[in-house]
Amino acid sequence: MKIAVCLKRVPDTETRIKIGADGRSIDEDGVKFILNPYDEYAVEQALQLKDSAGTGEVTAISLGSSASQETIRTALAMGVDRGILLETDALPLDPVPIGKALAAELGSGDYDLIFFGKVAIDDYSHAVGTIVSELLGIPSVSAVGRLEIADGKGTAEREIEGGVEVVEFSLPAVLTAEKGLNEPRYPALRGIMMAKKKPLEIKPVELEEGGLSVVELSVPPARPAGRIVGEGADAVPALVEALRTEAKVI
Amino acid sequence: MSNVLAVLEQRAGALKQVSHEVLTAARALADALGGSVDALVIGSTGVDATGLGAYGADRVTLVEDEELSLYQPDVFNEVVTAQVRAGDYAAIILAATAMGKDLAPRVAARLDCPLAVDVTAIDGSGGITVTRPAYSGKAIYTAEVTATPCVISVRPNAFTPSENAREAAVETRPAPRPDLRTRTVRVNEPAGERLDVAEASIVVSGGRGLKGPENFKLVEDLADAFGNAAVGASRAVVDAGWRPHADQVGQTGKTVSPQLYIAVGISGAIQHLAGMRTSKVIVAINKDKDSPIFKVADYGVVGDLFEIVPRLTEEIRKVRGG
Ligand SMILES: Cc1cc2nc3c(=O)[nH]c(=O)nc-3n(C[C@H](O)[C@H](O)[C@H](O)COP(=O)(O)OP(=O)(O)OC[C@H]3O[C@@H](n4cnc5c(N)ncnc54)[C@H](O)[C@@H]3O)c2cc1C
Repeated sequence: MKIAVCLKRVPDTETRIKIGADGRSIDEDGVKFILNPYDEYAVEQALQLKDSAGTGEVTAISLGSSASQETIRTALAMGVDRGILLETDALPLDPVPIGKALAAELGSGDYDLIFFGKVAIDDYSHAVGTIVSELLGIPSVSAVGRLEIADGKGTAEREIEGGVEVVEFSLPAVLTAEKGLNEPRYPALRGIMMAKKKPLEIKPVELEEGGLSVVELSVPPARPAGRIVGEGADAVPALVEALRTEAKVI
Repeated sequence: MSNVLAVLEQRAGALKQVSHEVLTAARALADALGGSVDALVIGSTGVDATGLGAYGADRVTLVEDEELSLYQPDVFNEVVTAQVRAGDYAAIILAATAMGKDLAPRVAARLDCPLAVDVTAIDGSGGITVTRPAYSGKAIYTAEVTATPCVISVRPNAFTPSENAREAAVETRPAPRPDLRTRTVRVNEPAGERLDVAEASIVVSGGRGLKGPENFKLVEDLADAFGNAAVGASRAVVDAGWRPHADQVGQTGKTVSPQLYIAVGISGAIQHLAGMRTSKVIVAINKDKDSPIFKVADYGVVGDLFEIVPRLTEEIRKVRGG
C-alpha cells in the first residue's frame, strides 16, 4: 500500500494573531507553528493502514515555505517513511492553485490512498483535498470520521447536519480526516531521532496566483462589552427580561 | 457575466432554511451586478419549490431523479458545472454546510475558477469582494475576486433571509446519471429529533462544569423549554465521552452563529470561542466571575449552574407559555 499524507504548517491554536506590516497577512514574529491538528489524524490513519497491511510506504508532502521541513519532520517522527517539501514562499488565499500544485506531485506518485486533514486551521478553506481528487479524477470523501479499507474498496462515514453519511468508493482515493477518526500518536524519542535520518526531498514549485486577491487582513471588531446581570438564581428574571426586551431573542 | 447561480439544499423534499440565506445573498449580489438569479435544486422528485420567488429567484430549475434522495457528489458536480457552462454567471453561491463544503471545491476544480469558502459578506458594488474569517475567527480576510465565475460558499446564519418577491419561472429537468466514483449509500440519523448545532437558531451548550454526563439533562431541559434549540458541548466533555463529537462547538468542532448561544459551565477557551463568537447574543452561566467566557458574553450570570439553569428553564417555560 502506497500512501501519501498532505500536511500544512499552521500557527498554534493559542496564538494571538497580529496583522503584519503589509496589512494583508499575519505578523509571524514570535508565532509558534505546529502541524495542522486535522493533519495529525491523517498521518495516524496512514500509519495504521500501512501497519495493518504489513507492507507499504507512507510519504508526507507539504506545500509551503522552507520552514515546513520542520512540520514534515514531525510526521517523520510519528513514523512516516519519507517527506517531500514543495517549496514556495507564499500561498494564495484561493485554494484552487494549491490543489493544482499538489495534484501535479501526487498524480505521478502512484498512490493508493491520499490523506489530508479536513481543514487547515489558518485559512479554513476546507477544500484542497477535494480539489486534488477532482483534478486527478479519483473518488474522494471529505471530513471522514470513520474508515474501513478492504480489497481495494473503502467505506467512509462523514458527519452531516443531523446524521452520518455512509459513502463507498474504490481505490485510489482521497480522504480528508475529521477529528475522532483515530487517536494520533505522539512521536517517541526514538522516532524523533530516526526522523533526522529519513529522506526529505525539496522541490521548488511555482504556483498560479489564483482568483482571490487579498485586499486586507484585519482583526474582527471586539464584541461590545457585555454585562453581568447578577449572581445566582435570583438573577434569572433579570436575564430573561433582558433577553426579551433588549436583545429580543425570545 | 452578471448573473448569479444559487445552488440550494433540500432534505427529503423540503428546502433547508439555509437555502433562503443563499438566495438572499445571491439576490443582493445580482442586484449590485445588474443580473438575475437562477436557483438550482437537485434531488429526488417532488421537491417543493414554491416560494423561492419570494426570496428573489428569477428562475428555478429543479433537476430530479427518483434515485437521487441523497447527496451524490458526482451527479451534483455535473449538474452544477453543466449549468454554469451553459449560462453566463459571475458567481455560484452555495451554503458552507457539510454538502456545500464538499461540493464547492469540486465545482471550482472542474471549472478551474476561484473558490471563496465560508464567506460572511459579499460586496458587488465594484467587482466582487468577499469577507471571510480565518485563523479561527481571530482575523478576517477581505479579498477581491479577480476571475469569474467564482464559487462562493456562505456561512450559515451570516446572511439574514429577506423577502424580495417576484414571479419565478420553474423548469424541471431529469438529472444525468454519470458513473459514481463516490457513492453515498445511506444516511444514519441519530435517534433524537433535536436540531444540529450548526443549524439551530438557539444553542445551549454545556461544559465540564456540569460534572458528569447525567447532568446534561439540565441543558437538554433548557433547550426543550425554548422549543427548537440544539444542545452543544465543549471539547472537554466530548473528549470525556459525555457527548458525541457531532455536538462539539469550537475550532475542532462546529462553527455556529445562532441568534442566541448559552454557555453553561464552559470556561471559554480560545478554541471554544473560535466556534461561537459570531453568535448574535451570548449568555454565560459560570461560577467563576473571571472566566474568559464573560469577556465575550453579552449577558452573564455568576453562580452555581445547578441552581441557575433549572430556574432559567422554569422562567423560559413561563415566558413561552408552556
Ligand atoms: C488543538 C485544540 C483544539 C481544541 N478544540 C476545541 C473545540 O473545538 N471546542 C472546545 O470547546 N474546546 C477545544 N479545545 C479545548 C479547550 O482548550 C478547552 O480545554 C475546553 O474548551 C475546555 O472545556 P470546558 O470549558 O468545558 O472545561 P473547563 O475549562 O474545565 O471549564 C469548566 C468551567 O465550568 C465552570 N464551572 C464548574 N462548576 C460549575 C458550577 N457548578 N456552576 C457554574 N460553573 C461551573 C468553571 O468555572 C469553568 O469555567 C481545543 C484544544 C486544542 C489544544
